[in-house]
Amino acid sequence: MNQTIGRLLLSRLVISLLTLWFVATVVFVITNLLPGDVAQTLLGQSATPEAVAGLRKSLGLDLPPLQRYLAWLGNLVTGDLGQSLVNRQPVAALIGSRLGNSLILAGVTALVAVPLALILGITSAVARGSLYDRTVGAGTILVVSVPEFLVASLAVLIFAVHLKWVPALSQLGRVDGVLDVLRVFALPVFTLTCVIMAQMARMTRAALIDALSSSYVEMAVLKGASRARIVLYHALPNAIGPIANAIAFSLSFLLGGVIIVETIFNYPGIAKLMVDGVATRDLPLVQACAMLFCGAYLVLVTLADIAAIFANPRLRHQ
Amino acid sequence: MSAAPDRDESDAVLRSVMPTGRLKLRSVARGIAPCIVLFWLVMALIGPWITPYDPSAIQDADLFEAMSWKFLLGTDYFGRDMLSRILAGARYTVGIALVATLLSVGSGLLLGLAASAIGGLFDAALSRFLDALISIPSKMFGLVVVAAFGSSIPVLILTLGIIYLPGCYRMVRSIAVNVAALDFVTVARARGEGTFYIMLREILPNMIGPVLADFGLRFIYVVLLLSSLSFLGLGVQPPEADWGSLVRENIGGLPYGAPAVIMPALAIASLTIAVNLTIDGLFGRREGVA
Repeated sequence: MNQTIGRLLLSRLVISLLTLWFVATVVFVITNLLPGDVAQTLLGQSATPEAVAGLRKSLGLDLPPLQRYLAWLGNLVTGDLGQSLVNRQPVAALIGSRLGNSLILAGVTALVAVPLALILGITSAVARGSLYDRTVGAGTILVVSVPEFLVASLAVLIFAVHLKWVPALSQLGRVDGVLDVLRVFALPVFTLTCVIMAQMARMTRAALIDALSSSYVEMAVLKGASRARIVLYHALPNAIGPIANAIAFSLSFLLGGVIIVETIFNYPGIAKLMVDGVATRDLPLVQACAMLFCGAYLVLVTLADIAAIFANPRLRHQ
Repeated sequence: MSAAPDRDESDAVLRSVMPTGRLKLRSVARGIAPCIVLFWLVMALIGPWITPYDPSAIQDADLFEAMSWKFLLGTDYFGRDMLSRILAGARYTVGIALVATLLSVGSGLLLGLAASAIGGLFDAALSRFLDALISIPSKMFGLVVVAAFGSSIPVLILTLGIIYLPGCYRMVRSIAVNVAALDFVTVARARGEGTFYIMLREILPNMIGPVLADFGLRFIYVVLLLSSLSFLGLGVQPPEADWGSLVRENIGGLPYGAPAVIMPALAIASLTIAVNLTIDGLFGRREGVA
């Protein structure tokens, strides 16, 4: 850790915070642009003007936009996420009850996907140009250019319909024993793993190939070092930074994938909560979920950038 | 960028997948791909008129029927002919995506050129703003807009157009700034040509290739995002149905292995993969693309 790295890290963190503030502003502006307002929508067309005015007042919609914006930002910072418009429950409680499920899903996926992607990426970089490398390459291209729900539907067709190994839908309600946990998580985790692994394996492969084509590796080859020694001692340590960057960046694809996967498998997580919130136009809930997702995305992207800073040897040895 | 950023690499990967020894296989794939793209474009125009059955009429058939000679792609959850519904849906998926992509690449091109021509504060402010916009994941942006405005086709087109504008703007601006430093632009300026003339006649022709390739890639992203929104029930609303909605409405048939779920999803995949291969074929060595 030296001064240059410290300064870079600090400026990266400041930029992330500013971006988060910008994102919050965009979310607020979009959800408050509508000419008609929430009170009218909630009460329906037949509501009396007095009732609408009353509700507007109790929701704070009669205040000027700037004042509402500042109040909203303040509440966000202090963790007060407001009340759901649909069932009048605090948004924080709704999210709290689902957050764990989503984190477990994302955690299990990361545990499965990261090692698999590393193995795929490293082996195909080492065996560059072979049939194995070309097959992995074609497979990963295919996965990133089709919609996530196609991957999920094919997984259900193969593993649940034809092979009958797992049930088609997740039901967290009745889970007893390790086998049941496996059955519930198998398909959602499989789908998510496919989606993020493809990206991660390709970036890992690229990073390692970059390291393998450097002159110190050529030197090691000329000195007669073994293939395993070259990859494990010379190339890999230098590729760790770019690979960490690839992992953090690919994990941010979890956020997009999780929305589709929780919906298709009926998994009671926070993405499903948000999609339901959008369908019922429950704006406070949608705002809170959007900030949560964008925040998580920013954290992962920032981590990826920080990994890239640490990976730069010119900065490390100054 | 939030959505699959290094798809630009696909050409290089494609080349490594099918090296010169397999030139035949590669050229076959590249020959078929434009035909598939053309087929879906034509279907978007004439699809609704050549369907074997009325796409909204309930046929004398079981629900989720398997593929047969009478119903080539089976039937859906109402017993409607699936092939007819997919052909009719092409208009929504391809049409909306095409208009949205035109909107985003068109305005990205305009803003990018304007930023590089005007420079200064305008350029700096616009670049910062659009860069920050990229930090919102595309699906999140779509969900928030639909929650606020409800879902209709104009809202969808506008939203998709805005989401993919910053990427195109960035590319156009960086090429324009580079080209503007070349000698022939200096000469044109010395001749006393106006900024508008230089943009239109000197700089624009030098970025047609990259912009067209970018158009294809944005089109793929837009199709995938539109399908995802429709799949969530937040895109094209019934009774109208694009391919994403077709997957959603028939999802109940998945446990029975109904073709009604898989076929529309495969239609989307055939379109996106074919567009990808077509770009690779047309702009084989895309060194110029940022």
